[in-house]
Amino acid sequence: MTALIQTSYFVVAVLFILGLKAMASPVTAKRGIVWAGIGMVLATAITFATPGMQNFVLMIVAIVLGGGVAWYLGRVVKMTDMPQMVAIYNGMGGGAAAAIAALEFARGHVHGVVVTTLAVLGALIGSVAFSGSCIAFAKLQGIMKKAWRLPAQNAANLVLALVVLGLAIKLVMAGAASETGATGVVLDTTSLLAFFLISLLLGVVLTAPIGGADMPVVISLLNAFTGLAVGLEGYVLGNPALIIAGIVVGASGTLLTQLMSKSMNRPITNIIFAPITGEAQAG
Amino acid sequence: MENFIYVYIFMLAAFTGYEVISRVPVILHTPLMSGSNFVHGVVLVGAMVALGNADPNDPLQLAIGFFAVFLGAANAAGGYVVTERMLAMFKLNKN
Repeated sequence: MTALIQTSYFVVAVLFILGLKAMASPVTAKRGIVWAGIGMVLATAITFATPGMQNFVLMIVAIVLGGGVAWYLGRVVKMTDMPQMVAIYNGMGGGAAAAIAALEFARGHVHGVVVTTLAVLGALIGSVAFSGSCIAFAKLQGIMKKAWRLPAQNAANLVLALVVLGLAIKLVMAGAASETGATGVVLDTTSLLAFFLISLLLGVVLTAPIGGADMPVVISLLNAFTGLAVGLEGYVLGNPALIIAGIVVGASGTLLTQLMSKSMNRPITNIIFAPITGEAQAG
Repeated sequence: MENFIYVYIFMLAAFTGYEVISRVPVILHTPLMSGSNFVHGVVLVGAMVALGNADPNDPLQLAIGFFAVFLGAANAAGGYVVTERMLAMFKLNKN
């Protein structure tokens, strides 16, 4: 990575932090998003100069398509439909983080215990944020009207979580073995695919039983999840801009989630777990 | 040691995020959530690097990379537009 790119990423990180800080105050909120926006344009532009990159045509087509559609929909959507737009764009960020992990695994580029653990963790959190946000979008958009739960929700959640944990441990062991050159657990496509699919399913079963009124808090939590996933994949790619922006959003998103649930006068555990445990909904 | 520097970066970034948000008024909760949603749109940069290093002869890698860049670009562009519209309305209400 050249000095120019490094310097640019540093400036980007500063712009993001200043932008978020400005957005936390009513007087400066409007200029905050502009600073963060300048940071994003700078980050995207300078990344094209990364040495040794290929597939530029595909990259530009993807940026124009994804950015264009999202920009257009964000402009034309009704003001009252804004929360679900935040949800779906957040989910896309989580999906992108999970896809980065998938691509790094497909390239055979994930080696060693630390890198594999963080890649797997980021993939899990990103996948949950992706599918969870899609459910949140469907609920707020009115596509999915009723709270939906499995007959044995607790048991199902537990089984899914355990299966994901088992697959994650297997992936980490394979990553560790690939570094030392030891033969033992090998990274196979089936468990990789199963890991991603069950992570996605976990996001669905965790979000589906939660009612529409609690959705803003859930979206805020999934937003923090996406930030964390982005930060973790930033480590896998060795990209400081992703690490700093991701972890800052992960931390601020967690605090914001607490503040939001507090202003609703409901503890966050009540919102996330009450539909599952069947405890009191009042508050 | 080099790995440990990343641990410090993680720790300091987490404190920064926490500090930046403290004492935010309730009315700014939603725009701020949307704003931080935009900031993690920087995942686009990671997706670009990942796609840029993918094997051009492997359709699976290209497909996953395309998907990643597409989603990342949508997160960044959509997050910006939505936040900007929210803040514009917020100012209008104040006047």
